[in-house]
Amino acid sequence: MNASPSYWSFFAEHRAEILGATADHMMLVVIAMLIAMAIALPLGMLIVERPALRALSMGIANIFQTIPSLALFGLLIPIPFIGGIGRRTAIVALVLYALLPILRNTYVGLSGIDPAVLEAAEAMGMTSAQILFRVRFPLALSVILAGIRTATVITIGVATIAAEIGAGGLGTFVFRGVALVSDSLILAGAMPAALLALLSDCLLGLLERRLRVA
Amino acid sequence: MRQKIGVGRRTTLIWSRRGWGLSIEMNAKIESFSGNLIEFRDVSYHINDIPGRAVISGVSLAVPLGETLVLLGRSGSGKTTLLRLINALYLPSQGEVLVEGRPTAEWDVIRLRRGIGYVIQEAGLFPHFTVAENVGLVPSLEKWDRQRTTARVGELLRLVGLDPAEFADRHPRELSGGQRQRVGVARALAADPAILLMDEPFGALDPVTRTELQKEFKALAGRLQKTIVSRIVLLDTGRIAAVAPPQEFLRMDHPEVRAFVASLGAVPGAPV
Repeated sequence: MNASPSYWSFFAEHRAEILGATADHMMLVVIAMLIAMAIALPLGMLIVERPALRALSMGIANIFQTIPSLALFGLLIPIPFIGGIGRRTAIVALVLYALLPILRNTYVGLSGIDPAVLEAAEAMGMTSAQILFRVRFPLALSVILAGIRTATVITIGVATIAAEIGAGGLGTFVFRGVALVSDSLILAGAMPAALLALLSDCLLGLLERRLRVA
Repeated sequence: MRQKIGVGRRTTLIWSRRGWGLSIEMNAKIESFSGNLIEFRDVSYHINDIPGRAVISGVSLAVPLGETLVLLGRSGSGKTTLLRLINALYLPSQGEVLVEGRPTAEWDVIRLRRGIGYVIQEAGLFPHFTVAENVGLVPSLEKWDRQRTTARVGELLRLVGLDPAEFADRHPRELSGGQRQRVGVARALAADPAILLMDEPFGALDPVTRTELQKEFKALAGRLQKTIVSRIVLLDTGRIAAVAPPQEFLRMDHPEVRAFVASLGAVPGAPV
């Protein structure tokens, strides 16, 4: 590929469009991640004490994670209400993708706490809510955050493909570039997408290390 | 001294050791309460309520106010289970456990547990809390004001031989095993509990540290005016094999008692 000055001049000329697409891309990721967290975090708490629900929900999340992304988009399109062409379908797919890492890490983090610590907490007369929010959660936080980090990186990647079903974002440049055989166009989408993924991985990684206990 | 450090003169302490567990109960501060502080009435406990798997069977035992009780027994004899039946971590499958005359099944377990100090083998300190936050947990749950909690944490750390200036802001990972156990004991005493249960508190320590801490806690028990063990209870496969004051206990013919007494000679610095 030819990342010569022509790319930089292309970038300079289309700065506004590229930034706009980056913002769209980030919006897709943020919305999808917020929804995924709103589902997976409480569900992760719930399944700590419920093995049957755990097997079921992890199984379902695992199925979504396994379906190739383009296939998942394809499968969603014909579904009424959530399907069709556009952002909404893309967000649904991104949420489904992000569920498993968050769910799994929430469960692993909350259940992997030293039993002696939990026994002490219970014996000291902490209520279940106090144990959850003052002991389990703080101790599980870095593990949960690792799941959020993985999910974010996956979502940024899959969101690029979501351009194929009209979700907008940086993938638009990539697909257009492939169609027009234009390296500059491809890079205009691929570079910011890659940077976005690396940057968020790095920042969330820092936060994760900051929150790690012992 | 006792008044000043504010540890109830009648706090119940249960202390057990690996293999041959040792539990001491020191007694309660409930002035108005008469009768037995803790009473087991024909208590059995089965894992998951499966009758075939009894951990405790047919235990009846009364612990009056002011008594210091030591629980002995091999690993798996049911010492831990017996202690957990007192603070309602377990509820009896049959019979009832009364604390202050009320069955544990009828207690508000949160209230019950906040009045019972509990020390376990691995200390179970909260790794994300400082030493001061660990010790001050029950006071903070009980909504003591900051000043009172800080003062209390300071006196308890001094009581267990840790300088508050040096240790208050450390995290458990920055402590040795022995120091962690001291913090565990201070934490259990924080709200001046009526009952203190110690389940093999020094069982996970190396022999040197263990002996050292045992000596120190003998001294601590002295400060709490609880030097004299009033009775020893020997548990054998979930049943009470023998109950007797120490001198009488040492002379008993029961094979488990003999086995225990023999092991005393083999381990310097053993209890009783």
